Order: sequence, then structure tokens, then C-alpha cells
Amino acid sequence: MPDGLTLNKITSQKGIGISEAARRVADLGWTPSYVKEAMAFPTDYKISKAPRDPMKQVLRSYFPMQEEKDNRVYGALDAALRGDMFRNVEPRWIEWMKLFLAIIPFPEISAARSMATLGQLAPGDDLRTGFTMQMIDEFRHSTIQMNLKKWYMENYIDPAGFDITEKAFGKCYATTIGRQFGEAFLTGDAITASNIYLQVVAETAFTNTLFVAMPSEAARNGDYALPTVFLSVQSDESRHIGNGHSMLMSVLKEPDNHLLLERDIRYSFWQNHMIVDAAIGTIIEYGTKHRDKNKESYAELWHRWIFEDYYRTYLLPLEKYGIKIHHDDVHEAFDSIVKKNYVHKIAQFFSAGWWANFWRIEAMTERDFEWFESKYPGWYDEFGVWWENYAKLSKPGSVPITFADTGYVYPHRCWSSLVPCVIREDFQVDEVDGELFTYASEVDRWTHKEAFAAEYQGRPTPAMGRFTGRRQWEEVYDGWDLADAIQDMGFVRPDGKTLIAQPHLSFEEKDMWTLDHVRGHTIRSPLLALRGMTPQQRQTHIDEYRKGFKIRRV
Amino acid sequence: MTMQDTETKSAAAGAKAFPGSDSRRYNYFEPKGRKATHYEDVTVDVQPDPERYLLQNWIISFGDGTPTYSKDWTALACTDWHGFRAPDQEWERTHYQRQSTIVGMIQNVVENARRAGAPARFDKAWVTLLQNHVGAFKHAEYGLGTALMRAQRYGYTQMVNNAILTNASYKLRFAQDLTLYLAEIGSDIAGSNGGGFDLDAGKAHWLDDPIWQPCREAVEHIRAATDFLEQYFAVNLVFEPLVGELFRSGFVMQVAAAQNDFSTPSVISAAEADYERNLANAVELFALLLRDPAHGEANRAILQRWFAHHAGLAVKAALQLQPLWSLPRVKAASFVEAFDRARNRVAAIGREIGIDADLPALPPMEVGQPASAPAITDAAAE
Ligand SMILES: [Fe+2]
Ligand SMILES: [Fe+2]
Repeated sequence: MPDGLTLNKITSQKGIGISEAARRVADLGWTPSYVKEAMAFPTDYKISKAPRDPMKQVLRSYFPMQEEKDNRVYGALDAALRGDMFRNVEPRWIEWMKLFLAIIPFPEISAARSMATLGQLAPGDDLRTGFTMQMIDEFRHSTIQMNLKKWYMENYIDPAGFDITEKAFGKCYATTIGRQFGEAFLTGDAITASNIYLQVVAETAFTNTLFVAMPSEAARNGDYALPTVFLSVQSDESRHIGNGHSMLMSVLKEPDNHLLLERDIRYSFWQNHMIVDAAIGTIIEYGTKHRDKNKESYAELWHRWIFEDYYRTYLLPLEKYGIKIHHDDVHEAFDSIVKKNYVHKIAQFFSAGWWANFWRIEAMTERDFEWFESKYPGWYDEFGVWWENYAKLSKPGSVPITFADTGYVYPHRCWSSLVPCVIREDFQVDEVDGELFTYASEVDRWTHKEAFAAEYQGRPTPAMGRFTGRRQWEEVYDGWDLADAIQDMGFVRPDGKTLIAQPHLSFEEKDMWTLDHVRGHTIRSPLLALRGMTPQQRQTHIDEYRKGFKIRRV
Repeated sequence: MTMQDTETKSAAAGAKAFPGSDSRRYNYFEPKGRKATHYEDVTVDVQPDPERYLLQNWIISFGDGTPTYSKDWTALACTDWHGFRAPDQEWERTHYQRQSTIVGMIQNVVENARRAGAPARFDKAWVTLLQNHVGAFKHAEYGLGTALMRAQRYGYTQMVNNAILTNASYKLRFAQDLTLYLAEIGSDIAGSNGGGFDLDAGKAHWLDDPIWQPCREAVEHIRAATDFLEQYFAVNLVFEPLVGELFRSGFVMQVAAAQNDFSTPSVISAAEADYERNLANAVELFALLLRDPAHGEANRAILQRWFAHHAGLAVKAALQLQPLWSLPRVKAASFVEAFDRARNRVAAIGREIGIDADLPALPPMEVGQPASAPAITDAAAE
């Protein structure tokens, strides 16, 4: 055969180029003339400029690519079983997957639903394929995660908590934070929710911590399944980030939108920080047995991914389009992690209410203390005794640590992020529509009172969402006995008495707490108590709360 | 270390027995069959419901107070929305496998046909028809795909929404399949018959050719419907059998071979298989809604009304397509027969779910009388 002439060249047909293909596909759309489509999704934004598709992809290359990714994932899960992964996996880690995987499939499928919104709102059809792929990707993420969770349930020593997963998602005081995150993707102003909160902030800024940092920690704990699934999930995100950026660029074109963009980037960044850092920070720092001091801490990861990669290279450049970026919030978020011990205080809160969980949390030990102290100097002084108490009170028959005389003050809950107000000095209280509310910080207060309102800085915002429902879990069970609340939630093992949650990792029946061990203690809503106070009592309470507490040894 | 110690350290299933250690199934929903299917495990209850486990209710609402999900988004009512299971049992893995297989099959067919120089041997009149009318039809598929993509936001359960989502995925893929298929065979035809294959002609016909206007009108009515289940119903139980299948199976697949075209039917056949699955899902849902002891009758009245509205548009669209059947040089199919089959199909689907979907036979005056063939139809061939 002459040089350069191959069988392939002789027989293969010239296809159309990818740009041409994408252009042809985008030309499938038209402007209806018989009946106009009513805009189904409310927004206060104006969007006149059609977003452009930076990725130039078509579905016929997408499906085989995704199938191939899937094959690798399912092959790896099989290999993990053949390699006896569960013999050596750290239960401390897998227990936290009961929480994490109870939450995440709902935000994922919410993201799929929200592509309905963007598909309809975006003028033109250029980005339709991008939104379509994202819709199917998110369907992928939701069901692949449900599958992973099922796989843990089938193969891990203690399936309790995985077995009630979606029920637990609807009932738990912690998953409510995840629901705030997921509902925020698809409810309220369509651009606020689907473009800014979901794409521009959650996906662009925070998926690295969710889907890259988590897998690394999983692998360090002998869990090779989570990395397989979540790195595969993350590989879809660059597409979603691209969609978000294109949409943002077309929203930006309208100067009228700038005020709303400032509002929404501010709200979204802060709330993503509050929620994602609380959950993922805790899981990475407290769900691990791996204590190599050369490993980056969550604070270090955050600085690299959120501060350097996102804030510096994505948010800051938006200023040249005239969008005000709240630099102080970004610095404050970082400070809350490195200086104000946000993650450690959240972990402390999760352990304080361990009996209401549907996963186990074991005490931190000497080895953990050392690592924390080296990464967060001063850690032992503030949290060491707490965890020593926790270990001491982990035997059934002890008083549940929440009610022990440790000096711990059960936290108020933030009405905006639903995360407890653990940084005591930042605690805020305000009235909205004549009712008293509590907030974790000033930005959270602003989020509820000013951002989620019918008017923003004098401008009507009828499409903006509202905070509703029985937002505070503690209010639902105010006055209930612990045992009754746990039973009502269904967080009990099939024998009808042993708790799913345990403050340790012992698999001996004799070490396990039952309903009888927690009966006789009452849940109280701090917010209802606060509302019931006289103004003077209230001020005293707030001042005291802001002072914080010092943990005593029991 | 004793054997006992090693055993205790393992975190594998069965390493230890204790309360709950054998609870290895999702236990919070009622499987449809004896045992939960994989589809049910990864789907059921992922979208929560205040009437099931959502203790604190939805915690964000729209500005007007509507919660994150609302039963008011459809006029239809159901005693238990959670009772629906999609018969195709699709979840991510099966969806990608199926979509990917279709994409591969189409690519093989097209490559083989082109390698053999087949498009250049297509009958000339047929080439014009592919260019103008199959080219126009791809926009109908796309319009239905976008309608369904919007509709998947509104269902009350994950099962309803995921069935609509995969339906959207199939429709949008097929619209793209047709687009790229025409572009590829078009580039071969351009080289051989000199006339050139005009890739913009399809859209021009879709927008302006009188033959296609009632079809576009029917699709636009589906897109504009504000009730997501009206959209799902109108797509699968009305438009598809009356117009979609009529054009795909009743025309293209039947006549293509006689015009020396063996590849187009393969591309089209994928959509027919897609439709069988989507139809099964939709029939299951609407049958459930009509069987509902409390709301069945009210639902029937609504579906009957939707049927009247959309079938009126779809029949008009179908009849207006009639001249297409006389365009191919070799007449291998009859519109009258195709339309009759479509009528029977719609009536059978109606019987399956429990509505009256009988349509009158073709009015005699319409039979064999081509609608006025507008100039634009054949313009590109000249
Ligand atoms: Fe995702
Ligand atoms: Fe995503």
C-alpha cells in the first residue's frame, strides 16, 4: 500500500465536523407562531441574549461516552468485591456514607429537574443540548448514587441506616440541611435557583470538595467504591460548569440584572459555604482514620479550590462586567473554617445529637487529637475534653451526652441555611413579618430578611422564593421524649428497640443502646424558648449565647 | 491473632450478627411485585412527599406560595401517585446502554450505506422528499422533546418524572439522529447528482410549507400546554400514533426500500422502538389514573377533553400530510391504509387506558384527493 493510504482512509466516509453538527442540531428550534408558550418558570431577571454553547457536543457522541464511563464504574465495583474491600474498610468512614448518600441523590435529581427551567428560559436553542446532557447526567448521578448506597447496604457489616435511607432523608434533623440545598436548585426565581445557586456556585465552586476531596478521603479509608462513582460523577461537572457560565454571560448582558446577580451570588456563595462545608468538612475531617500529617486538611483544600480556583479566577473577573462581589464574605467563610473552627463545631453538634442520627459516630481518639492539633493549633483545648467525655458516655446506660453536665449549650438553628448556629459570637436574631428568627451569621440574616422577600432594595421581586415549611426540626419534636421521637422517625433496628445510631463502632449487641437507654429526656426547641421570653430575658440569653461555653470533664 | 479477632475486625457483611445486621433491603416502600426491582430501589422515594416521610414539609416555596412540588400542577388527581412504576424500568445504566446501542446501530448502518455508495443510488424524487419532508419532520420530534423536557419538572413522584425525562431524552436524541443522518447522506448525494442536498430546506418546509403547518400547529399546542400531563398524554397517546407513527412507519419505512433507500428505515426504526417503550410507560400511568377509585371518573372527563383537543389538531395534521404519499416515484404505500391503521391504533390505546378514542373514518371526499400541493414542496427539486 502506498504511504499514507490505509484501509481506513479508503473505506471511511467523511462525516460532518463537530461544529457543523452542533450548528445543525441547534437549528432544530424555532419560534412558535400558532401558540406562544407561556413562561412556566417565574423569574425577575430579563434574558434577551441567547446563550452560546461552548462545548459543541451532540447526543450521539454523549451516550457512548457515558456508557463507557458506566462500564468502568460497575467493573470497579465488582473488582472491589472480588478484592474483599469490606474486610479492610474503615467502618468510621462507611457510617458517614449513610448520611451523605441519604442526602445527595435528591439534590442530583433536583438538578435534573431544573434543566426544564433553563431549557425554557434560555432564548434560542444553542445551549439546549448542553442542558439536555446535564439533565440526563443528573439522572445518572441520582440513580448511580442510589445504586452505590444499595451496594454498601448489601456488603457492609452494619446495613442499618442504609436500609431506611429515603425515609431517613425526610425525617432527620441533619438531612433537612441537604434538603435546603436541593430545593434551592429548583424553587423560587428560576435564574436564582438553577443558574446561580446550582450552576454558578454549587457546581462551579463546591463540587470539587464534594466529588474530589471526598473520594480521596474514601480511598484512604479503604473505600474504593466511592471514588469510582464520584470521580465519574465529577467528570460530568465540567459540562455543567460550562452551561452555567454561558447562561451567566447572557444574563449579565442586561444591566438591569446586575443588582439581582449581586444578591444571588452573595446568597448562594454563603449558603453553599454553610451547608457544603458543614457536611463535607465534617465527613472528611471526622469520618477518617487516616491521620497522616502531610495530608491536606479541609481548610487547605478549601483555600486551593474555593479561594484560589473559584474566587480568584471565576468570581473576581465578574467585577469587570459591573457585578459587585462581596469579597468580605469569601474571607469570612475562610476565616470561619480556619479561625472559628466551623467544621469542628459542626462535628461536635452531630455528636451531641448522636441518638437522633441514623448512622454511628465513634469518639475521636488520641491519634485523632494529635492530627487535629497539628492542623488546627488550639484544637485540643477547645474540643479534646468534649471527645473524651463522648467516649466516656458511649456505653449504654450512660446519660446521653446532650443531657450530661458538660457545659455544652444545644445550639439555635439558622433559619436560612438550617445549619445550627455554632459560631456563637456570630449569632443573630431578627424579626420578619412580626415573627422572631435566629441566624448563624449576618449574611444568613440578610438572606432571609432581604434576599428572600417580595422586594429587594426597592425593586419588586415577586418571583423570589420564600422560606416555608416546618423548617426547624427541633420545633417538630418540641416537648417529645427522645425515645418517642426516635421511634416516630423510625430510626430503630428491626428488633424494635435497638437504636440505629450508636455512639461507638462496636458490633456487639451488649454494647448497643436501645430506646430504654434514652427514654426520660425531652427535646426542646431553642427557638420556641427564645420566642417565649420577655425582651429582657431574651437579650440576656442572646448575650450569654454569644459568649459561648467551655466544656467540663464529666 | 486468633481467627476470632480477624473475623471481628472485618467490616464485611456477615462478619458479626447483631440487631439489624441482616437488614439488607430498602424497607421503606412497597415493591410492585414480590421483590423490589433494581429500578425501584434506585428510584422510589428519592423525590420526597410530605404525605410519606417529609416530616418538615417542603422548606422553600415559590413567590406565590407554591411548594417545591405540588399536586396542583396537573388537573388529574390520584389517590396514590407513588403507585406508578414505569414498565421500561429505566435507570441510568439501562438508559445509557440502550441509547448507546441505538447510536452505534445507526452509525453502522449509515457508514455501511455510505461506504457502499448507497445514497447516490436513491431515487431522485425520494432524495427531494428526504430533504424537504423528513427534514421537516425532525423539527416535530424536537418540539416534542423540548415539551417533555419541561414536563419532567412537574410530576409528583420520581417515577413519573423519570419516565418523562427518559422520554425527552429519546425524542431529543432522535431529532438529532435525523438531523445528522440527513447531513451525512446529503454530503454524498451532493457529489453525485449535482443538484445538491439542501440541509436548510427541511426547516423552511417546517415553517412555511402548507403541508406541514397543521403539524407544526399541533406540536406548538403541545409545547404550549401548561399541564405537564396534558403534554405527556398528547405526545404519546395522540400525536405519536396519529402523526408520528403515521409518518415514520406508515410512510417512510414502507416506501423507502422501493426507492432504493435501505438506510433511512433503520434510522427511523429506532424511534419506533423508543415509542413502544414510552407508550407502555404512558399507558401504565394513564390507566392507573383512570382506575383510581376516587378520581377515575373526573380524570376520564379531563382526558377525554384533552383527547378531543389534541386529536382534532393531530387529525388535521395527518390529513394535510396526505400529498406526501403520492410524491415517491414508486408508490409502495397508501395514505388511506396508513391513516386507518393510525385510527385503529389510537382507538386501541384508548381502550387500554379506558377512554373513548374512536375517530371517524376518513371523510369520503378526502380519500384519494390530494390536498393542494403548494409550490414550495417541490421547489428544491427543480
Ligand atoms: Fe450532579
Ligand atoms: Fe451537575
